Amino acid sequence: MRRTWLLVAGAAVVIVAAALLARGGGEPATIEDRAQAISAGLRCPVCQNLSVADSPSRLAGEMRAEVEGQLRAGRTDDEVRAFFVARYGEWVLLEPRSLVPFLIPVVAVGLGIAAWAFVVRRRPRAERTEVSDAERRRIDGDLRSLEEGA
Amino acid sequence: MSDDDLGEGGGVERGSAEGGPRRSRGRVIVLTLVPVVAFALLLASGLGRDPRELPSELISDRAPAFALPELGGQGDISGPTEGQVFVVNFWASWCLECHAEHDALVAAWDRYRERGVVFVGVVFEDGEGPALQYASEKDGDWPLVMDPGSRTAIAYGVFGVPETFVVAPDGTIAAKTIGEVTYSWLTEEIDRALRTEVSA
Repeated sequence: MRRTWLLVAGAAVVIVAAALLARGGGEPATIEDRAQAISAGLRCPVCQNLSVADSPSRLAGEMRAEVEGQLRAGRTDDEVRAFFVARYGEWVLLEPRSLVPFLIPVVAVGLGIAAWAFVVRRRPRAERTEVSDAERRRIDGDLRSLEEGA
Repeated sequence: MSDDDLGEGGGVERGSAEGGPRRSRGRVIVLTLVPVVAFALLLASGLGRDPRELPSELISDRAPAFALPELGGQGDISGPTEGQVFVVNFWASWCLECHAEHDALVAAWDRYRERGVVFVGVVFEDGEGPALQYASEKDGDWPLVMDPGSRTAIAYGVFGVPETFVVAPDGTIAAKTIGEVTYSWLTEEIDRALRTEVSA
């Protein structure tokens, strides 16, 4: 049983670590890199399914210029993102700022493993303890008569 | 065929052991159904939402100031000015809804221009040539401005054209509409903005 819980805990640690790693490492160095990273996380308002970095539309190009201009003016990445969120809403962010959407699958998998462990732990114990000597004798007898009948 | 069928066919009586697996099966069904139903409800709650409905983030925020070159003119047009109601309309000559809404803007302009309400038409993603051509074919003589680099459009969080903003006399954005603006929306929102001027 203890091993099951160790496995559950280990799996949870791996999943959380992978989620954190996937959220990205350090800040890119140059202004162009930072502008590219911010633009990749902004949704293009006129095409809806492309990022500002990927969209060939004119407005997206102008938004990239706006991002770069603000970075050159000394704004931080978060300030530039906040500028767009203030105008376009959270809608403009391709990746939600809240951690909740990232945690839901982790919690769901954890609950699933716990539920599975709970059910599996119950089942064999109930069967193992309930076969009495009298029943065992009957089973042996029935098996024997089956073999003789065949 | 389940384990139960085999057991009974073989004539083996399980006695009290039978309650165990059956109860745990019920538990498995409950444990499976509850999350599935909860997740389905979560997803279903999104069905009622209109993905095209975009929140008006800037309502009650300070309207971004602009000073933009007048279309075909020499000077800059700046705004919004405190103490005045501004109607900022983003448009383009290639935009069909802009053609459709133009008469409503003309009617509202005729009604409110004497009362100090300022209309400004900001050209969005359009060349100066086509925009001038459009302006010459249409009624209405409120100032039209070019928006180099769409900086003003981005500052107003414009998704596309047409979009129309009403700026209250205190310099905050009182109302915004996406798509073809109607005369009734304009009169309602401009009247409301004018009332805040009186009460202030």
